[in-house]
Formats: sequence, structure tokens, C-alpha cells
Amino acid sequence: MIRRAGIVLASQTLVAVLAPLVAPYDAGEAFRGFLHAPPMRPHLEGLTPVVHPLVLTDLLESRFERDPSRTVRLPWMQRDNTAPVFLLGSDDFGRDVLSRLLYGARTSLGLSLIATLGSVVIGALAGAWAGYRGGWVGDAMMRVADLVLVLPVIYVVLVLRAVLPLVLPASTVFLLVAWILVAVGWPYVARGVRAIVAVERSRQYVQAAQSLGAGSFRILTVHLIPACAGHLLVQATLLLPAFILAEATLSFVGLGFPDPVASWGTMLAGAGNYNAIARFPWTLASAVAIFLVVLATNLIGARGRSA
Amino acid sequence: MARYLLRRLGFALLLVLVASSAALLLTRLAPGDFAAAQGLDLTSAQREQLRETLGLNQSLAEQYVSRLGGALRFDFGESMLYSRPVSALIGERALNTAVLATTALLLATIVGMPLGIYSGTSSGLGRAAVRMVSTVGVSIPPLIGSLGLVFLAARTGWFPVGGMTSSAGADVTWSAWLADLVRHLPLPALALALPLAAALEKLQSESIETSVHEPFVAASRARGVDRARVVLRHAWPASLRPVLGLYGLMIGGLFSGSFVVEVVTSWPGLGRLMFDALKARDLFLVAGCAATGAFFLAAGTLLADLLLAWTDPRVTSGDEA
Repeated sequence: MIRRAGIVLASQTLVAVLAPLVAPYDAGEAFRGFLHAPPMRPHLEGLTPVVHPLVLTDLLESRFERDPSRTVRLPWMQRDNTAPVFLLGSDDFGRDVLSRLLYGARTSLGLSLIATLGSVVIGALAGAWAGYRGGWVGDAMMRVADLVLVLPVIYVVLVLRAVLPLVLPASTVFLLVAWILVAVGWPYVARGVRAIVAVERSRQYVQAAQSLGAGSFRILTVHLIPACAGHLLVQATLLLPAFILAEATLSFVGLGFPDPVASWGTMLAGAGNYNAIARFPWTLASAVAIFLVVLATNLIGARGRSA
Repeated sequence: MARYLLRRLGFALLLVLVASSAALLLTRLAPGDFAAAQGLDLTSAQREQLRETLGLNQSLAEQYVSRLGGALRFDFGESMLYSRPVSALIGERALNTAVLATTALLLATIVGMPLGIYSGTSSGLGRAAVRMVSTVGVSIPPLIGSLGLVFLAARTGWFPVGGMTSSAGADVTWSAWLADLVRHLPLPALALALPLAAALEKLQSESIETSVHEPFVAASRARGVDRARVVLRHAWPASLRPVLGLYGLMIGGLFSGSFVVEVVTSWPGLGRLMFDALKARDLFLVAGCAATGAFFLAAGTLLADLLLAWTDPRVTSGDEA
């Protein structure tokens, strides 16, 4: 089970990195005659997988029918310009959901991984400082951390994002949201690190290092922070899914990435009214992707906690 | 006990003050103000006029002090977006959120706790099934859950897909309104309750699993007390401490979750009000919402702590700190 969860995560990440190579189309490529096209089922013809192309039968209702007399090869084999192939359907702009899912994994997983890494690093440093040195700086940091910990995360993220300029280029949004997530994420890491460091610093191996003349920086980075490795890993598995959701929520309500950018959140935003959800459920593909990633990290985290 | 209570109350007050001040200051410092957010249909002269009437030209300090003074007299100002007193607006919306959150919390408790007791004290297929369901459950956050349930509702018509009532504005009898509400409640409440119930199940299961192995449980069994009674009267109360501790943490999650659910299912709650106010830069409404939210948060946490202190005297005696 745990191995399968790891495989899910690893393959999602791999797919995210390789998105431009594995995605059949560009994330922004819109096929104007194919709004809300349903998923097509590939079949084998000889040894090549092919699909029957779709023909629009009702523009207003977005109804399509398969044309069994013709076949189109899958876009990976050979780009066939006669008709687009939507293995997971197309969205409200006629963009390929599968391609957007793959490119979206880049944005969403990339953002969450960077924010998780940032939170772990900053949280570990702040917590270690507070636990090892203490003093008023450490106390002040922990007070701030306590305050952030009681507040509902989504509201803090929403307020911070909403008071910043709303219309920004995608790369700026990426950095901005990453920083906001780090700002709400580090206290979770710091609190535990502080507690562990406060206990570990009076252990014999630390005293030994001290008596050998090691400086506090060396003691922190070589001895004390590695002692928190288990805690850091568990926190990372808790933060990652939370951050993926935070991005999805922000983009869903229109405060995240602007629309042409593919992210799992912007995909949900496009799907987000109940009329569309009922008729074009394939536009919720990114919700399934989010569920799988959250499930996988939960399984890994549960293993980490019990070990 | 009195000192403990006082300290917690002080913290609660501080939380309300800090949250509302921070929300007011941040919104004020944000680029653009309410007049600018009104789009292009105002001339610049009209815009200035609007700023004058709303007091947006005041300096930050002036505005803050006058608002703080007002808040002490329970006057929270007037919403710029709705031209209604903030307190009236917040009153009705907060009630809606409270209905949703309370239902979800009850639902999570009713489902999660018994399942946790069951899976923690039994073995075999039933336990494996419960554990699997709850592992899946904790991985369905309110955003995904509510979208999934909206899909289900729209396809099957089992319950209405959105809103709080279908008869908004219509003059209906009280009982008809209530029946309408009860029909609309399951979808958002379920989406909100699902991950909470799963988390409760997991914790209760873990906790009771350790407490059934305590010597006093074996002793009662040896005296011939039957199994169900031992579990419910002896093992369960002893296992409650971490579970009640979770309630304190769940309140924040309940708030975050209810915002998402309110947006997806068009539930007219506090979260959506604050979101709209934020986007329109409606200063006083943002501050009012933040204060109300912080108040509920502090009250909820306090209640959970009191519950904890009441069931376990170790909390207040300071042995734990």
C-alpha cells in the first residue's frame, strides 16, 4: 500500500516535470469547435491505438457523436490535424483536459513542493533557534507561531492574497502564493522542532560536541536539526496536501492563478457551476487528481507517524 | 481553575482584537479602496465624493481610533457594499454559518466516534473496512467533497444542489422554511463533516486501542463485567482526552472548510460575506467579519479547553506544561 502510494506520488511528480513531453497538446491550445467534448475511448486497430473522431451535432447543447467511419491516431503517435483527440474530454474553452491536467500538475505540485520545502527550512531554523538559544527573539517567534496556529489557514491565506494586487503575471502569482503559504506553514514545523531541540540539547552527544569546541551553528545543523528529521518528514506530508488544497481553493475563488494558466485550481474554477458539473463531469478531473495526491501523502504520512 | 479561565479569556479577547485590527489595517493598506473597486461607472469627482462620505479620506490612525471607539460601544459601522449596518449583516450570516458548522460537527461526532470505538476494540473484516473508509475520508477535503456531492445531487436529484432555501424572499410559514432548510442542509454539512468524521474515527480508534490494554480494563473483565460495558464505561472515558483535544483543533478546520463549502454550494454564510467584502475593499465589513470569526474561534477553543479540563484535572494543575 505504502509502496503504491509512493509510486502514485513519484509518477505524478515525474509527469509534472515532463509535462511538455507527455502532454498531447499545449495547455492553452483551444479547439473552438469542441467545447465540452466528452472523453473519447481509444481502441486498437491492428497495433495502433486510434479513436473515432467527434462530430458536433448540437452546438447549443454541446452534443457530440462519434463518427465510426473515420479513425484518428493518438496525438503521441503522430500529430493528426484532421481532428483533435480528447482522452479526458475538453473544457469550456475546448482545451484538452488531459493536457491541462499534466501542465496543471506542474503548477500545483511545483508550487506546493516549493512552499513545503520553504516552510520546512524556515520552520526548522526558527524552531531550532528558539529551542537552542531561546531569548526574547525565540520567544517572540514562538508567540507569532502560536497566533498563526490558532487562525484558520484558509482565511489567513485569503486575506493575505486579497490585500495584494489582484492582477499579476503568472510567475509573480506563483512566487507570491508560495511566500504566503510559507508564512502560514512554518509555525507547524517550528513548534515541534523547538520542543525536540529543547530536549535534545542537553543530551550527551550535544555536550560532547560542545566540549570538542563545536560552534552553535555546527551543533544546530549537524546534530540538532537532523535529530528532528522524523518530525520534519511528517510535517512535510501534512503540509503538502494542505498547500495543494490552498492553491486549488485560491484559484477556485479567483484569487489564484489567472485563467489561461493551467493549474488544478483553475481547472476546478472552470468546472465550478452545478449545471456544468452535472453535464460535463470530466471537467472535474483535477479534483480526482487532488484526491489521489492527498490520499497518497496521507498514506505515506500515516506510515511515517507510526514508524 | 479561575486563573486558568482568566488567562484563556484574556487570550480570547486578544485574538479578537488582533484579528480584526489586522484585517482592517491590511485591507486599508491594500492597493485600491472601496471607491476604486466600484468600477468605471463613476467619474473621478463622484469617486472623491464617495470617499468623503464614507470617511475613506481619513488618515489610518483617525480611522482606526474611531472604529475602535465604535466597536467598544458595539457600533461596528456601516457596510459600504450593502449600505446596511455591519452588525445586522453579520448577525444573519453568522447564524447561517453556525447552523452549517454545528450540524457538521454533530454529524462528524455521531458517525466518527462510534465507528472509532468499534474499530479500536474489534478485529477482522469490519475493522479493516472502517479503517479503509476513514483513510479515504480524511483525503476528501471539503473542496473536493462538496464538488463531488454537487455532482451527485445534480445527477440524481436526491437533494438540492445549492443555496440555503429555495424560497428566498417568499413569504412562507416558519415550519415550511424550516423544512426547506432541512432539505438543503445535508449536502454542505456532509461535505464539511466527512473529513472531520474520518479524523475523529482514526484518533478515537487509536486512543481506545491503547486504553483497552490498560490493567483496569483487564481487571473489570476479570471481575466478570461484560465486554460492551467495559468498553463503554471504562475504556472509552479513559480514551477521551486526545479525542477532546482534537475538537479544539477542529474548530479552525471547520472555519476554513465552511468557507469553501459556502462558496461551492452558495450557502449564504460568514465566509462568503467576508470574501465579498475583501474583494470590494469594504473596510468595516472585513473587520467585522474578522472580529466575529475570531470570537467564534476563541469561544470554540475555550469551550473545547474547558471540556478537556473538566474531564481531565491534569490539564489545569499544570502537570502537563
